[in-house]
Amino acid sequence: MRSWIEKSQRFLEIPLGVGSRALVLAALVLLLPCYLFPLYDMTMFAPQYPDGLRLHIYSYRLEGGNRGQDVKEINVLNHYIGMKDLSAADFTEFHWIPFVVGALALLLLRSAALGTMTSLVDIVVLYAYFSLFSLWSFAHKLYVYGHNLAPTAAVKVPPFTPPLVGSKQLANFEVYSFPGPASYALAAVALVLAGSVLLAWRESRIQVRDSRAAA
Amino acid sequence: MKRRQRLVYASYAALVVILAFVAARCAPSAPKSARQRAGATSDAAVAAQKVYVAPGDLDEYYMFASGGHSGNVYVYGVPSMRHIVTIPVFTPYPATGYGFDDDTKAMLGNLTWGDVHHPSLSETNGDYDGRWLFVNEINGRIARIDLRDFKTKEILGPLPNVSGNHASSFVTPNTEYTFMATRFSIPIPKGTVAPIDKYATEYKGVIAGIKIDPKTGHMTPAYEILMPPFDYDLGDAGKKVSDGWMFFTMYNSERATGKLEVTASQRDRDYIAAIDWRAAEKAAAEGKGEMIGGIKVIDPKKVPGLVYFMPCGKSPHGVDVSPDGKWIIGSGKLQGVTTAFNFEKIQTAIRNKDFTGDEDGIPVLKYESVKEAEVPVGLGPLHTQFGPDGYAYTSLFVDSAIAKWKLGTWEVVDKVPMSYSIGHLSAAEGDTAHPQGKYLVGLNKLSHGRHLSVGPSQPESSQLVDISEEKMKLLADAFTEPEPHYAQIVKADKLHPIEVYPKEENKHPLAIWDVKDAGVTRQGNKVIVKAVEVRSTITPTSVEVNEGDIVTFALTNIEQTTDELHGFGLLDYNINVVVDPGETKTVTLKADKHGVFPYYCTNFCSALHQEMQGYFIVKPKS
Repeated sequence: MRSWIEKSQRFLEIPLGVGSRALVLAALVLLLPCYLFPLYDMTMFAPQYPDGLRLHIYSYRLEGGNRGQDVKEINVLNHYIGMKDLSAADFTEFHWIPFVVGALALLLLRSAALGTMTSLVDIVVLYAYFSLFSLWSFAHKLYVYGHNLAPTAAVKVPPFTPPLVGSKQLANFEVYSFPGPASYALAAVALVLAGSVLLAWRESRIQVRDSRAAA
Repeated sequence: MKRRQRLVYASYAALVVILAFVAARCAPSAPKSARQRAGATSDAAVAAQKVYVAPGDLDEYYMFASGGHSGNVYVYGVPSMRHIVTIPVFTPYPATGYGFDDDTKAMLGNLTWGDVHHPSLSETNGDYDGRWLFVNEINGRIARIDLRDFKTKEILGPLPNVSGNHASSFVTPNTEYTFMATRFSIPIPKGTVAPIDKYATEYKGVIAGIKIDPKTGHMTPAYEILMPPFDYDLGDAGKKVSDGWMFFTMYNSERATGKLEVTASQRDRDYIAAIDWRAAEKAAAEGKGEMIGGIKVIDPKKVPGLVYFMPCGKSPHGVDVSPDGKWIIGSGKLQGVTTAFNFEKIQTAIRNKDFTGDEDGIPVLKYESVKEAEVPVGLGPLHTQFGPDGYAYTSLFVDSAIAKWKLGTWEVVDKVPMSYSIGHLSAAEGDTAHPQGKYLVGLNKLSHGRHLSVGPSQPESSQLVDISEEKMKLLADAFTEPEPHYAQIVKADKLHPIEVYPKEENKHPLAIWDVKDAGVTRQGNKVIVKAVEVRSTITPTSVEVNEGDIVTFALTNIEQTTDELHGFGLLDYNINVVVDPGETKTVTLKADKHGVFPYYCTNFCSALHQEMQGYFIVKPKS
């Protein structure tokens, strides 16, 4: 137990070298797509919609394909089964995701400047929490939309959950759901941060070995 | 050590590759089912062979397609899907002068449009006999087109009490009757006002039986049946074993008002009404019923045995009787199954009084006692047609497809996609006692992307499907005039149209056959111009009248040659008539503008067609 605490203490005292700090800055750059590209893309094909109805979910807004018309079309179709209209007001994520990503960016800058393992570990923990919570939140949203159907709907369908990743047949629609470029960039952020930690750790190991060899 | 380093970098590279691979799985550009749709299309060479009708060759079938709110009926050739001719019915059609001459103008009355939905070819023993085509129209009217000359001969209505005649015209197997029914219930007679919150009790629907003269085709209103305020939607006559019965679907058995798309979609089952039309005929003959709006209306509460309701889920649209008359197929548009009712079981349930309740005194049969099967055809089933081999074909609006299934085993055996959102479908003689099979046409509501773009007002698409084999195959797309609802396809050799009106049959009192007889006669301010049209003169070549005169032009085309039509266009008086060979038409106008007005032949007829002209001179009041 004691040795474990000492070990982790030593780990947390590892300084971040130039390479690790560069990776932290790279992670910072990889947060940018979050403001530029969709986090999620949903595409719904039906015989009547051979080109598909497209829904692009950004970190801060909902965008329909066909110059926004697709969101309206999806809402028109969903009203038959008594589904609530998709509206930006329902997505609290649009407020807090940009905020959290901004905060993460500042923390990354801080970590790059301080060059301490503790600051980096803080970010990794926060980042993991943020990613998992966002995923759960999104999945929950899908569940709620598909299960909160008006009992007076003209067409009664059994409650459903649209696919989180992959495709699913819902009535006459083939629904495809895939992470968008921003999500992939966020996944890359996680990899780069892990790389940064790994690099710092390896450098410290080499240093220890070299100093031992010198001794 | 070096090796471990390499291992780390290698695993990193692998991760990046995996990430890139996953990233490639972004929003797809086409659905997986696209391939399956392509598979349902016939091989191009095979399809081309099947639909190609060489120049000069004739199609095998006529298709009579309703033109919806265009007010017309369109005639196509099958399998070429070529549009051959337009038959104007409920709306003026300058191309044939329809609605301009005195007779057709009077026939149209004050209405210049109609919403044509369901053509119904006259039948003998449940098969098309090629005599007449009846078509309904929403303003309470039915028209009869004579297939001897493809002309609208009679328009009956608007009928009293009928409000929104959608469930029409559906003839009985020997063309004894055609029917009208209310889609939008109102307080009757027309003119009565009741607040909308009294809808459930004070608004009424009616179903009207109209007797057809077996010799002339002339239609006479026979009786109306008082019905609860539901929305009567479609119908079909029983045949063979079920002859003597009519079946009508209805939605809004909720008796709801307001936002009907929700309020009228609450019950899991609405009804199909089974009407014993022979019993209704008998009740009418016995003088039963009371006069409402000038017609005898029979209340089924007071005359039991006329009407029964069969529960059918949900908001049923089409009801179609199988060729042998045994199965009544009802399709609930808001569910994924089509229901087959057994006519024998219906009769047994009626005999045993197997009722679960009543609607305004009309017994409701127990669903489980009359239902034979629920066929899982797919989403949004609307209409069913039949083949010669015991197969049924049901259109699926939501799935945008046609399902082929077997009567008796109730098995769905094949599906073919439609582009897009199919409404009615029409198989060759597919609603008769002897369906022909071979071809089926899907009458689709949407066509986007299937044709050269023509702007926002897009045509409807009709798709020809080969049903001669086990697997249905799409053969061709055609773009039909708005808006095909139902259509009927009849073997061409059942029709025997004339090509000119024989001179000896023309009994028009103002007909003349010699240019010497042409001229003007006057009685007071009434002027009659007897005119002859023949290549290449309209005789008289000038007509003089006084301002204020009522002038009737009686135009006889004395040609007896095929295709020698002559027109009569009168400038500034909005007159445009076309007279077929051997035909006489009159057109009456008030000469309320003085001046000189040219008239001419509008329908190109000959080398000297341009010279076929004259002057209408209206002398001013002094």
